[in-house]
Amino acid sequence: MTKLIYFAWVRERIGKPEEDVELPTGIETVADLLRWLKSRGEEYEHALQYPDVIRVAINQEHVEHREKISGAREIALFPPMTGG
Amino acid sequence: MSGAPTVRIQREDFDVAAEIARLTEGRADIGAVVSFSGLCRDEQGQLSALELEHYPGMAEAEIGRIAAEAIARWPLQGLTVIHRHGKITPGENIVLVVAASAHRHAAFEAANFLMDFLKSRAPFWKKVHRADGTDGGWVEAKEIDDKAAGRWKKAARKRT
Repeated sequence: MTKLIYFAWVRERIGKPEEDVELPTGIETVADLLRWLKSRGEEYEHALQYPDVIRVAINQEHVEHREKISGAREIALFPPMTGG
Repeated sequence: MSGAPTVRIQREDFDVAAEIARLTEGRADIGAVVSFSGLCRDEQGQLSALELEHYPGMAEAEIGRIAAEAIARWPLQGLTVIHRHGKITPGENIVLVVAASAHRHAAFEAANFLMDFLKSRAPFWKKVHRADGTDGGWVEAKEIDDKAAGRWKKAARKRT
C-alpha cells in the first residue's frame, strides 16, 4: 500500500486529505501515477485536469514527474507552493 | 557554521528582536545580522485573513535542506528560519529569516537566497479569506518567484 497525501486545491477537489492505495502493476513513474489517478473518477479528473502544474513529493522530497515511484511510502500531490 | 540552523514551523507569532538576540547572545565574532520578516498584507481592505496550509514534516525537512544549502554557500555564523501556519490576519508576521555572518554580504545574500527558495520550494499554500466573508480561493504561484529562485542556479554556474 502507498499513502497518497493531497494539499490545498488538490485536496479540496479530490475531497479528502489522504488515502492508502494499492498501485496497479505498470505504474512506474510519477507521470504514470497521475494518469492513473485521473481516471479514478470525476473528482480526480477535476483535480488533475492539468497534470503539468501538479507538484509531487516522494517521502517528503520534491521530485520530477519522470521520477520512479518504486519504494515510495508516501507520495504527496499539491499545487505550486505559495509560502514565504 | 558550527551548529545546526534553527528551523521552526509554528502557529504562534514570533518576536524578531528576541530571535536576533538568540543568535548573537554571548558572541563577539558576528559582524553582520540581516533579518527579513514577511507580513500578511491587505490590499484595499479586501482581506480578512490568509490561511496557511502546510505539509507537516516536509515543511521542516525542506526548509532544513534550503538552510543547509545556504550554510554550504556562504560563511554564516548563525541562521534562523521561522514559518507560521494557520490563520494570519493583515499586519501579522508570516515568515522570518535571520542570517548572521562576519561581514554583511554573506548575511544579505543568504537571507535573500533563503526567501527565494522558501517561496518556490517550501510546502505552504495560502488561502484568501475575504473581508466580506466570501472565500477568495487559493493564492496563485507567481512565475517571478520561480525565476527568483532560478537566478541562484545561474550564479552558481558562473562561479564554477
